[in-house]
Amino acid sequence: MEETIIFQLNGKQTELKIDPTQTLLWVLRNNLGLTGTKFGCGIGFCGSCTVLIDNEPVRSCSTTVGDVKGKNVVTIEGLSKDGELHPVQKAFVEHDALQCGFCTPGMIMNAAGLLIKNPAITREEIITGMEDNLCRCGAHVHIIDAVEAAAKEMKGGK
Amino acid sequence: MKNEKTKTHVSGKDKDRRGMERRDFFKLVGGGIIVFFLPRCTTESVPVAEPGKRSLPKDYNAFLKIDEDGTVHCYTGKIEQGQGIIISLVQIMADDLNVPMEKIKMVMGDTEICPWDGGTWGSLTIRSFGPNMRRAAAEAKGVLLELASNKLKVPASQLVVVDGVISDSNNPGKSVTYGELARGRKIDKYLDVKPEVEDYSKFTFIGKSFKRNDSKIKVTGEAKYTGDLKVPGMLFARILRPASLSGKLSSVDYSEAEKVPGTIVVRDGDLVGVLNENFVLADRALEKVKAEYTYDEIQVDNKTIFESMLKADSTADVETTAGDLEAGFKLCDKIVETEIHDPFLAHAFIETHSALAQFEKDKLTVWASSQTPYLLQDALANHFSMPLNKVRVIVPFVGGGFGGKSKNQQAMEAARLAKASGKPVMLIWTREDEFMYDNFHTAGVLKIKSGIDKEGLIKAWDYHAYFCGTRGSEIIYDMPNHKITSHDHKENTPRLHILDIGPWRAPNNNTNTLGRELQIDRLAVAAKMDPLEFRLKNLKDQRMIDTLKAAADLFGYVPSKKYPSGRGIGIALGTDVGTHVAEIAEIEVDKKTGRIKVKRIVCAQDMGLCVNPHGATMQLEGCITMALGYTFKEEMNFEGGVVKDLNFDTYEITRFSMVPKIESIILDRMDQPPHGGGEPAIIAVGAVIGNAFFDATGARMFQMPYTPERVLEALKKA
Repeated sequence: MEETIIFQLNGKQTELKIDPTQTLLWVLRNNLGLTGTKFGCGIGFCGSCTVLIDNEPVRSCSTTVGDVKGKNVVTIEGLSKDGELHPVQKAFVEHDALQCGFCTPGMIMNAAGLLIKNPAITREEIITGMEDNLCRCGAHVHIIDAVEAAAKEMKGGK
Repeated sequence: MKNEKTKTHVSGKDKDRRGMERRDFFKLVGGGIIVFFLPRCTTESVPVAEPGKRSLPKDYNAFLKIDEDGTVHCYTGKIEQGQGIIISLVQIMADDLNVPMEKIKMVMGDTEICPWDGGTWGSLTIRSFGPNMRRAAAEAKGVLLELASNKLKVPASQLVVVDGVISDSNNPGKSVTYGELARGRKIDKYLDVKPEVEDYSKFTFIGKSFKRNDSKIKVTGEAKYTGDLKVPGMLFARILRPASLSGKLSSVDYSEAEKVPGTIVVRDGDLVGVLNENFVLADRALEKVKAEYTYDEIQVDNKTIFESMLKADSTADVETTAGDLEAGFKLCDKIVETEIHDPFLAHAFIETHSALAQFEKDKLTVWASSQTPYLLQDALANHFSMPLNKVRVIVPFVGGGFGGKSKNQQAMEAARLAKASGKPVMLIWTREDEFMYDNFHTAGVLKIKSGIDKEGLIKAWDYHAYFCGTRGSEIIYDMPNHKITSHDHKENTPRLHILDIGPWRAPNNNTNTLGRELQIDRLAVAAKMDPLEFRLKNLKDQRMIDTLKAAADLFGYVPSKKYPSGRGIGIALGTDVGTHVAEIAEIEVDKKTGRIKVKRIVCAQDMGLCVNPHGATMQLEGCITMALGYTFKEEMNFEGGVVKDLNFDTYEITRFSMVPKIESIILDRMDQPPHGGGEPAIIAVGAVIGNAFFDATGARMFQMPYTPERVLEALKKA
């Protein structure tokens, strides 16, 4: 049955009249047109659908839209502020931390979440924290380099 | 330019070689100066369209166009799947046309405006396309210089070009831009060229490192992949699938599914699609479909397949042979026999196969994640009996291909459902669809018997590849008596399995390089030699020797007096798509858990001219990283037609913690033609880890992947 679901999406209050058991990933992609969040496996094992919910990286393919009622959701489209790329996005560009780019939004959201939780993160902790995000092209070393660089920049600057 | 023939058409009356009126063609792409060219290499055969089959140019595969605003567009049927040709092709053109890189735009993979192309695979883009693109650029520049000479009334020899501006070298104020020259022109040229090796040292962009130019839109979520597209009235499709590839639909009842709001169910033969504008509802409706299938299973699984390959009444095609094997074995002091089993692997790109199909009046447009847009266009036109010019295929960004997006099954399904429903249909394969209907890296068996004489020289090499092709088994060592035999299905004999198989990054080479390099290592042991010294002693290919030495230098390799040395260092080498690679790895084996930790992999690569060293290094590292998956984790479990690993929970690929420090060197071969870069470094990883495992433990493994269980089993046997 449909319900009214209100939540913060990329800094804006969003109201949907929707069946709350709908999968967040597909609500974002179909109903809200935010296709940066990708479908890769549907069971939370690849990480390409990762978004932030109250600053926690979460697999949107295994979350319902009802679960985010009253919460703060950030997708890849909402990560940059006023046209300025987020430090993790910037570092991914600078380190060429991608090839096909399909896993990239999920990688970036997962990394952004890790850095919120642990600004003084070590390289080892980055590897552990990114472990469940899959990339098939093999950009792994560049991704870790990028997240490490972003961590340094965020600690130093902002 | 002496090998070229050029034809210049300046009148608008003749029907040009596209099979389209010239004025229609210019209407499509606008005015300007256009040079058609053919990606062709002297040593490689590139498939060209069958005569009479295409409406696009029959013998020109690409063209570049100087626009009226000075922008240079290159139209090609190649597609970008992460390999970075989107930047390296730009580098090549920028150099030859003397224009800034940002003035060049690639238009890729749209069958309506790009000329025919056989597909993006085989690391062909740079090695065969590049040199011809350079000639086309030179031709375009020639036309521009001629026009400038007329306009400025200065001999062409006196003109210089900087950043798309042609000026008189004696009077720099006298100048004209490419854009000004192209304005109001409709000039098309057709270029037949034979690529030549040239002095690349004078180039500005070629040979320099550039980062990707598509990363900004890929980090913001802006980049569009097929599944991200939307057209009005579009419905998402889920497809009814059997539990096994052998399933034949006998009955289906979808009355309950149709009760899910907004659902349409369509059937076209065996294809049943559940459509809804909401993906989740399509998914839920599919669960309500009741279907019965009949199954006719071959009794085979991922464990018994190897035995059935060896037992089968197969072909025995001798691919290469020299000398006298029997006489060779008589010269041998020691003979080693090895049998290797390599399993089925999935492509496992993160973007599943996707397609959006839309019929509008008499026209069909299909957007698809595909490496072969033109083959798809042909297939669609055939299936629906439509003329080619009414079928358009567009390939947006592709989320990984590796050879696995060449068959276009998903696009045919989407188009059939669109036809049956009369609605635009978006089909995004689920991961389960993907793993079931993949065209897998084939399983295969190698049987190798070879021997050395008292000097440690290889005197006999008898190599048999069962059902896995022979790419990568070429003779690069000095083997005076050798025979390479390929065994495969005989015509009209039953297939051993019903899994679909197809190209998988460096097709078959991963298996064959694994086999050869494990065997070479065993011969080194038999000769009581260090594996580097044994290889150097037996190699005959100078490029391979240089590449191996470069790897050894970078690694800081010190030969050991005994082998295994206990250090955990392995060596492997090979060739693919004209490129030579040598890898050295260092590992640590946990003898209690059976886990292997890779500490370091060094790779040297001779790929001829390297257009973009940074891009090539990314590809090399990507190859090695991807290969760690097949080395340690990947093996598709199946039984008959039932694919058992249907998602990433059980089909595991490389993870961050598995990736070691990767160091690489690309040999300076600027004077050589370019070879492929998207595949070579993947081929040697299985062998380099296997050989390092032997060096660490004295034990050998002959079945991929090297799981902890297999490690423990090998240690027990040793």
